[in-house]
Amino acid sequence: MTYTIQGKTDKWELVIGLEVHCQIISQSKVFSPSSAVFGAEQNTHVSFIDAAFPGMLPVVNEKCIEQCVKTGLGLNAVINKYSRFDRKNYFYADLPQGYQISQLYHPIVGEGYIEVTTSEGTRKIGVERLHLEQDAGKSIHDMSPTKSFIDLNRCGVGLMEIVSKPDMHSPEEAGEYLRQLRAIVRALGTCDGNMDEGSMRCDVNISVRKAGETTLRPRVEVKNVNSVRFVMQAIEIEAQRQIELYESGQSFDQETRLFDSVNMETRLMRSKENANDYRYFPDPDLLPVVLTDEYIENIRQNLPELPEAKKKRYIEQLGLTPYDAGILTADTETSRYFETAIIGQDAKKVANWVMGDLFAYLNKSNQTITESPISAENLGELVGLIADSTISGKIAKEVFEIMAETGKKPSVIVEEKGLKQVSDTGAIEALIADILAQNADKVAEIKAGKDKLKGWFVGQIMKASQGKVNPALANQLLDKKLAE
Amino acid sequence: MVSQLTDLTISQALDLLDKKEISSVELTQAHLTEMDRARFLNAYITETPELALQQAAESDKKRATGEKIGRLEGIPIANKDLYCTKGIRTTAASKILSHFVPPYESTVTQNLKNAGTIMLGKVNTDQFAMGGSTMTSYFGVTKNPWADENGEYNLVPGGSSGGSAAAVAAGLCMGATGSDTGGSIRQPASFCGITGIKPTYGRCSRYGIVAFASSLDQAGPMARSVKDCALMLNEMAGFDVHDSTVADFPVPDFTQALHTDLKGKKIGVPKEYRSKDLNPAVAAVWDKGIEYLKNAGAEIVEISLPHTKYALPVYYIIACAEASSNLSRYDGVRYTTRVDGKSLDEMYENTRTDGFGPEVIRRILLGTFVLSAGFYDAYYIRAQRVRRLIYNDFIEAFKTVDAIVAPAAPTTALSYEAMKNMKPVDTYLGDVFTTPSSLAGVPSLALPIGLAENGLPVGLQVIGKHFDENTVFQVAQILEDEAQFVKTPHYVKG
Amino acid sequence: MSFDEKTIKNIAKLSRLHFPETEEAKFAQDINGILQWVEELKEVNVDGVEPLVSVTPRTNAIRKDEVVIGDIQAELMENAPESVQGFYVVPKMVE
Repeated sequence: MTYTIQGKTDKWELVIGLEVHCQIISQSKVFSPSSAVFGAEQNTHVSFIDAAFPGMLPVVNEKCIEQCVKTGLGLNAVINKYSRFDRKNYFYADLPQGYQISQLYHPIVGEGYIEVTTSEGTRKIGVERLHLEQDAGKSIHDMSPTKSFIDLNRCGVGLMEIVSKPDMHSPEEAGEYLRQLRAIVRALGTCDGNMDEGSMRCDVNISVRKAGETTLRPRVEVKNVNSVRFVMQAIEIEAQRQIELYESGQSFDQETRLFDSVNMETRLMRSKENANDYRYFPDPDLLPVVLTDEYIENIRQNLPELPEAKKKRYIEQLGLTPYDAGILTADTETSRYFETAIIGQDAKKVANWVMGDLFAYLNKSNQTITESPISAENLGELVGLIADSTISGKIAKEVFEIMAETGKKPSVIVEEKGLKQVSDTGAIEALIADILAQNADKVAEIKAGKDKLKGWFVGQIMKASQGKVNPALANQLLDKKLAE
Repeated sequence: MVSQLTDLTISQALDLLDKKEISSVELTQAHLTEMDRARFLNAYITETPELALQQAAESDKKRATGEKIGRLEGIPIANKDLYCTKGIRTTAASKILSHFVPPYESTVTQNLKNAGTIMLGKVNTDQFAMGGSTMTSYFGVTKNPWADENGEYNLVPGGSSGGSAAAVAAGLCMGATGSDTGGSIRQPASFCGITGIKPTYGRCSRYGIVAFASSLDQAGPMARSVKDCALMLNEMAGFDVHDSTVADFPVPDFTQALHTDLKGKKIGVPKEYRSKDLNPAVAAVWDKGIEYLKNAGAEIVEISLPHTKYALPVYYIIACAEASSNLSRYDGVRYTTRVDGKSLDEMYENTRTDGFGPEVIRRILLGTFVLSAGFYDAYYIRAQRVRRLIYNDFIEAFKTVDAIVAPAAPTTALSYEAMKNMKPVDTYLGDVFTTPSSLAGVPSLALPIGLAENGLPVGLQVIGKHFDENTVFQVAQILEDEAQFVKTPHYVKG
Repeated sequence: MSFDEKTIKNIAKLSRLHFPETEEAKFAQDINGILQWVEELKEVNVDGVEPLVSVTPRTNAIRKDEVVIGDIQAELMENAPESVQGFYVVPKMVE
């Protein structure tokens, strides 16, 4: 079932493509040996090359090439053995050279795909290309009423621009594509994928067409949509806007708009007539990058397991549902946590704990999984304590709370608090005998056939034992007593 | 004594320095004195006398104490004001960089420093190396030390390395760095009666040299003999991690092949260079040069470089396209002079319009146009395709010959008046013989062979295979020996 | 191709240059002259000829991923026409 939007008169389909900029993880910048690390004091990670002083020349950082190839392989893409750099010419205060070095004509990575699972099933979304380019600096406009301030620290940091094909048809699909892409670059260690810090940034291309139409209508590029949620919202808002225009008899040309997440609208940035003429041409300061099969194979051999492969493994080998597997492989930290926690334990049970209590706790306390006070080892141990009947599931929840507070090992907590499950048949039998004696009327009712009351008795037993009695054992012994 | 010291070649001076017959301070002082006397030539933009004398004193001390010395120890030279020199103003002869003091040193000038040279100052050039006369310099034109028929100093020294050529010819330095994008070393060398080589593209690092057209710019030495050029190039050339386009293999000793004979060598004479633009006096000198080579045992072969006539337009399209982009960085934000404006764009426009001279502006406009939407394929890409044909012409020719000999410029030095009245296109014609080898990236050396009827020097160029400067030097040395050119301009004769 | 008034305005804008009308006309005339002269390239048969981008006999000029340059903020600001607290300062840009 294809996603459509019902307008006043027609049903409309969406055609969506994403351009995602990923800041490359490297020590130094892509064309200069200054630090690429985020968060330094203004203009302290800037060389004369970054500031485009006269006579300064770029030289490519080999790490950035490697990161692009890695990412390309992670996107199931063709690695171009010949690639080259071009200059994209425009003036801006945070672009010191007056051009951005990019790859228009011969990108380092060609076509590939990302497998995306949504409520409509699993689809391959095409990747058009990945190219290597340099980031611009930052302009700060709110420090003075008449001046803008420029910080070039980010200027020259390596970027991978990953351009999808216009293959997506719903906000959900676009959101999932972006999540998957983020999971892939994180797993590969090529980009940290932090959209709020701007190390991953997204532009969205959207057009709509009447259901069944085969040609494409003009597309609108929506810039700077910087979270998965915003991408989905921007698509909905922009699609609605376009549909309303068409249905009121208007048309429009290709244009660029900005997403405003406060007012929930897109605003015109520039129309086609005002489009920049970037005058791309091959950068004569840089030489082609020529890769050998051996180089590419070597990187391929050393790729970490990617989210998609991991997901398949979780489903096939660990018996998880596709949904659970998807969540647990969405980012490297979660899957790393999960895989540590399942050592020697039942993976499905661990999965339930991670996605249930752990996620709820982290969410509530606003912590990431790497900050969790409950280590993966300790969560695994907790699951083990339930499995070997040391504690009941109910007690386990209590232990979990204490673990979250103290970070202690569950076995230590159980020991200290005396929470170990009572498995001494004699003691339990005595307890049951006591309760039965106090509730002779209810015993009579059970014997008269009111079986339901058995549950009430189990509850009483648990209450009296403060939950330490193994519930299965309690049931069994209760039956035995009642049968006497 | 003073005039003698400034007449010496570098190799002669090195000999005398080694023998302790002269000191570097004496040699340097002699040049500083000449610089004072010749200030009307306007060869220098910035003179650095104190620094020079200090360096010279240190150099003499090194020699006296037997410390390790460089291969050009104590030799006073000048640097084209396109080379960034740490702590010393570097202007590219422009207004926009008229106050720029680089906090770094170009690789080539650093190499020369390491070799023990003394820097006398920064010499004039056309603005951003764009021009063939130094007339586009913000700091005024340099005068050619050769006088016209009326004995007036009214001639251009050529360009863009006109300050270098005039300074070398007039004895205001022993050698100078130049740079050549489409003939900017060879044409002024020819106009001023000195020797200069544009080595193979990629032989010298471009790091720290103000860029004009990156795929063509190449550093090279200018001096008063073939051997001096070889000695200087030995120090200037070599791999540099800072420049992706510099060759990553070792540099041979360029003095090695000098004074070896030409037996068995084939020298090509390109028929296309006998064009309508060629001045008969220049043609006559060319024939004389060919005769010298024949006498030295070389076999002369007529060759064809069929795409020669397209080199100039191809050159202007490619060089201007690259320049339009290379000069975008001069925007008034980080180091240039700034002319304020109400908005960022207005500030850009004010700064750039005020800071660039008309020739630079013309080339930026042309370059921007040929890269702009709708014209890129018709102009820029077509020019690059024809550039390959020109390149192939040379590759083909060098299958049969070892070197090519041709005129360096179609005329002798022109007067300012003549230049001023020319349309831009006509001034470009001066590069007609030098742009083909620039586009192909092959090495080419210009040296003076004789005088025309008007009493002005005429140079020939020797063009070699990629990275075969040795054959170029070898052939040039033969020509120099045979021609016995008296390299004394009117100014020096007094 | 004639390099007309509209073209020169557009090209000057792209180049961040601006001149009075009279100068504009002069530049347009100069460039027209150059373009006419360049026309002769059209007679060359370039079918199947690969554009020549670089004559360097090298590929893969790469460097190791090392940070060699540290904090030179002071030197950078010393060269700047206008700066405040280590920032470059320019006329207010419209966001």
